[in-house]
Amino acid sequence: MVDIRLDAQWIDYAIIALYFVFVLGVGWFAKRGVSNSIEFFLSGRSLPAWVTGLAFISANLGAVEIMGMSATGAQYGMPTMHYFWVGAIPAMLFLGVVMMPFYYGSKVRSVPEFMRMRFGTAAHLVNSISFAAAQLLIAGVNLYLLATIVNRLLGWPQWVGLIVAAAFVLFYISVGGLSAAIYNEVLQFFVIVAALLPLTLIGLHRVGGWSGLKEKVAGDGMLGAEQLHSWPGEQLSGFDSPILSVVGIVFGLGFVLSFGYWTTNFVEVQRAMASKSITAARMTPIIGAFPKMFIPFIVIIPGMIAGVLVSDMTEFKKMDFGGDAAGAAATGVSYNDALLLLMRDVMPNGLLGVAIAGLLAAFMAGMAANISAFNTVVSYDLYQQYVKKDAPDKHYIFVGRIATAAACVIAIFTALIAGQFSNLMDYLQTLFGFFNAPLFATFILGMFWKRMTPAAGWSGLASGTVAAVILWSLSTFGEVFVLPGQGLAFLSAATAFVVDIIVSVVVTQFTRPKPVHELKGLVYSETPKTDLVDPDEEGLPFFRRPVPMAGIGLALVIILNIVFA
Amino acid sequence: MNDNENLEGGPVAVPDSTGAKVETAGAFDIRNFIGLLVALFGVILVLVGLFDYTDVEAAKTGGVNANLWAGIVMVVVGLLFAVWAKVEPIRMIVSENEEGAEEPRDIAGLD
Repeated sequence: MVDIRLDAQWIDYAIIALYFVFVLGVGWFAKRGVSNSIEFFLSGRSLPAWVTGLAFISANLGAVEIMGMSATGAQYGMPTMHYFWVGAIPAMLFLGVVMMPFYYGSKVRSVPEFMRMRFGTAAHLVNSISFAAAQLLIAGVNLYLLATIVNRLLGWPQWVGLIVAAAFVLFYISVGGLSAAIYNEVLQFFVIVAALLPLTLIGLHRVGGWSGLKEKVAGDGMLGAEQLHSWPGEQLSGFDSPILSVVGIVFGLGFVLSFGYWTTNFVEVQRAMASKSITAARMTPIIGAFPKMFIPFIVIIPGMIAGVLVSDMTEFKKMDFGGDAAGAAATGVSYNDALLLLMRDVMPNGLLGVAIAGLLAAFMAGMAANISAFNTVVSYDLYQQYVKKDAPDKHYIFVGRIATAAACVIAIFTALIAGQFSNLMDYLQTLFGFFNAPLFATFILGMFWKRMTPAAGWSGLASGTVAAVILWSLSTFGEVFVLPGQGLAFLSAATAFVVDIIVSVVVTQFTRPKPVHELKGLVYSETPKTDLVDPDEEGLPFFRRPVPMAGIGLALVIILNIVFA
Repeated sequence: MNDNENLEGGPVAVPDSTGAKVETAGAFDIRNFIGLLVALFGVILVLVGLFDYTDVEAAKTGGVNANLWAGIVMVVVGLLFAVWAKVEPIRMIVSENEEGAEEPRDIAGLD
């Protein structure tokens, strides 16, 4: 077994403590309502666009982004860039340009609520339940990573780490950490950059700069130079044929998975829905897209550096690549450790503290966001809607508290599931395929096809999810067919999407649509064009208008795709 | 979204009768908050870099005093945030609500 302990000194702990004093301090002030300006920032009303834009991407800059992307970078190299440049960025731009006006214009508070207005209660129920389940599973991923850091720092066994971390997140939520979400998310963004940028630069310095990294990666004797080109990414997609691989990445990862994730994920969309005008709400994901484009350089590149610089990582990768599963397991590391191992090897004490603070912050805030989303959906979308309608507010807050505590306990068990995967990205993409891909299909069809009926709404959603789960089980347990890499996740997502569309179209033929007058603001053809934009948008300079800025973002991301092809 | 919609985007002169006044976000401006933490981190790192730069650290970083350089950059970034908040303060309209209202006051953006 490899010793993966991080050698933290008192100075590192002091830095971590200082960070939590800030984060919990704002939460404490916020709960007491002592300052008008804290209230201003928390209400989210008319915040400067850069603040909501950063909060938007920071809400997502947790486990998936940091550990998952660096793990995938260590395993496959540059093709991982697709998660950003084919996946997230086009999806965020699409959200801002096309979908946000409907969310904002219909004045819904949550994504499931949009479902209810468009398709009625059956679709709402299916969506709320699957959303709540997804949040618990993703909270488990964040909790697992938190416990991993506790283990690397203090050497506590995993189950102790899980319980302590879950208790700490519960404490963080109750002290008010969550009410200061906007502050913490924006702050967290800068701390994470302050941690990962030096890590990347020092790592690059150690391997002999950019050219040194290229040389070492090309000569690693495994995937070699393939890891230096983002296309066609056959290792990542698991398809042998380059054409199939490109189709799989563009349609499976790009269109279905990423559009599904970014356009229907309540946690992120909520940040934008709090804006003061349609234009501001649309600008939120578009502004977020600009920093987001460059995040892969500080998460994927360190993963690649770890793959060639950290000997434990290289050894594990060789065994994993050679198919020696037992030998790989015996090393005691996995791709998920890429970033932590690199930190252990190249970060001096001091910077190490900043890095640990950044990671702890990201996973904690990530888990807290999952749990609060779970709490909202359980107490308002499920309990108030279907169990007890007209109780006083206090009652729902009480139910919410129970839901929060229960979620923290359940997350301990979902964390154990997450720990089974040597690359967490595989697991997360699988989950997104189950939940987000059918949701996106139903949304996009429902927004542009006024005939689509309420019955089609829930049946499409349910059958999409079931189809993805069946396909995944056939491959995972039945071993009917095997797809390495993340091809299985891409394929189940695409299946969920297609099945959802087919079922929706067929069911619509036999059921009754909603009356047209109820669809205003929910369906494109029934919404006056003037409702989708602000009247005064024309007069704004181009950098404050959604469509021109989305165009610039798209051009930039195409350039990035070409430069690193 | 709030009762003061009529004030938003209006002229700076706010009618006195509603008891509304213009405030700046001041010390709790999110930029001051970020700037302060980043600068504090920076100062700590600079001190560590100056007084505790050992051979062990040098071997890790490949001979660069990473704490010192990262610290200097962070202090500068922290200061830039403070300057930005000073030069372009965020202004908001605060109006006191009547006794017994659900929220004691309404806060809306000015710009």
